[in-house]
Amino acid sequence: MIQSTGIRAALLSMVLLVISLGLWELSSFKPEATEAVSEYELLMGGADQEARVPPPSDVLRLAWTELSNPFYDAGPNDKGIGIQLGYSIYRVLAGFSLAALIAIPVGFLIGMSPLMYKALNPFIQVLRPISPLAWMPLALFIIKDSETSSIFVIFICSIWPMLINTAFGVASVRKDWVNVARTHELNAFQTAFQVILPAAAPTILTGMRISIGIAWLVIVAAEMLVGGTGIGYYVWNEWNNLDLTSVIFSILMIGVVGMLLDMALATATRAVQYQE
Amino acid sequence: MHQHFLEVKGLGKRFPGKDGDLVVFENASFSLERGEFVCIIGHSGCGKSTILNVLAGLDRPSEGEVYMAGREVRGPSLERGVVFQNYSLLPWRSSLSNVTFGVRARRPGWSKAQVREHSLRYLHMVGLKDGAEHRKPAQLSGGMRQRVSIARAFATEPELLLLDEPFGALDALTRGTIQDELLKVCAETHQTVFMITHDVDEAILLADRVLLMTNGPHARVAESVRVSIERPRDRTTIVHDPAYYPIRNHLVDFLVTRSRELADRARLPEASGGDPMEPLEVDPGADARAGEPSLPPQHGRLMAVNGN
Repeated sequence: MIQSTGIRAALLSMVLLVISLGLWELSSFKPEATEAVSEYELLMGGADQEARVPPPSDVLRLAWTELSNPFYDAGPNDKGIGIQLGYSIYRVLAGFSLAALIAIPVGFLIGMSPLMYKALNPFIQVLRPISPLAWMPLALFIIKDSETSSIFVIFICSIWPMLINTAFGVASVRKDWVNVARTHELNAFQTAFQVILPAAAPTILTGMRISIGIAWLVIVAAEMLVGGTGIGYYVWNEWNNLDLTSVIFSILMIGVVGMLLDMALATATRAVQYQE
Repeated sequence: MHQHFLEVKGLGKRFPGKDGDLVVFENASFSLERGEFVCIIGHSGCGKSTILNVLAGLDRPSEGEVYMAGREVRGPSLERGVVFQNYSLLPWRSSLSNVTFGVRARRPGWSKAQVREHSLRYLHMVGLKDGAEHRKPAQLSGGMRQRVSIARAFATEPELLLLDEPFGALDALTRGTIQDELLKVCAETHQTVFMITHDVDEAILLADRVLLMTNGPHARVAESVRVSIERPRDRTTIVHDPAYYPIRNHLVDFLVTRSRELADRARLPEASGGDPMEPLEVDPGADARAGEPSLPPQHGRLMAVNGN
């Protein structure tokens, strides 16, 4: 018997993967042509009257070719997967960083001051549930640039979890620690950086982790809407090309990149985590 | 006129309520001399912690004022170090870093090495060594954490050290060893200490004087009991001192019966809002020291207290 849960879990994952890929592969077999087919029928997919999802073997083959040359650029509608993902990541990080620059200081203010909390709370409660894509027309009208507009949409969707978590983290810093700062005559600036920030850091980073997850969800939709570049545009473009293999491949890539972004923030959260 | 190091005058704390104010304590007046170790004992809810927080500058009294070395206490200051019951260490910092945090705030001009060396000296003084100084508070036992907290307070070399039931959460064995360390450090540094405790034996072991508070609401500092036992004191031999039992009986008797009787009297309408009064000076060990057989606490000096 294998004792380690880790190894057993990995084995089970492999088995599940092989079974599901196998079923998928089998279900997408084309039926054998029983009689000679016309040239027209060949063009339409042979004897198969039904459009089928491409099998995993096709997807893997495509993944191999795409990933072995991810950064080629052969014109506006033919760019490597790496370039498309790069655009999306750039937009997410730009919008996310802008949001952090505003959300963390404002969250500090709200968390420190019950007055500011009460004054700003109605705005936050109204603005927060708005679907970020609903801002898109307004953003396009005011900014007049699709690239900047999608960064704005990322900004607006990632600001709320960071703002709320920062405010919550700052407000729930233990009073004892603030008293330690007071009895050591720290000024407001020192208290903020030496006591409140480290105490609230795990909560703030959890907010950032939620934000980057939402931002990665939204960028795909935003890029489908504005077009041009990015992984969202790529998915939609391949759908228009009826290239389902590329669609599946890019779906997988979206998942992988999303996972990596989340892992990065999870690592950062662990670095500032403390045990009481 | 002789000026006391710490003077507390007519301190009171009240919370406004629907039917009149809730007076936690009032007319609390007492003083501390430089280098004195004073414990304050009273039942829960008499406002001991509030008094300590007022001395620390963390809380504002409803009335009365506090002077330290002639200056009024208006806010927190590095001149008054505080050790809280729950240690209040910053959990993301190591023990050493918790102490250097205090020293850096106190001595902004010192070099890094100087701060570190000074902090390590105090950590060693309370018995933290062999790698414990680099561990985070969560990896230390309660006793170790309280030692770090005490080291932090001592290392900032405050004029007055305030201890809020520092051993309340510790088991008896740990409490004993840390009490010994506290005695040792106080003897070395001549630190002025004001400490809250619930433990009569602890107060006798550590204090020069014990302040006794009546029960709240309308609590007062009723007595100031001199602990006339020679230093250095030792927990194993202190019980053999002739003054030990007279003092102990006096304190226990106060806590068991008189704290309530005096409180009942204070709650009478005509007693409320009276003039600030100094606590009654009591020296239950005096007879024992003079070589007389120690009297049971119902006699002699105590009658004077009750007849007050």
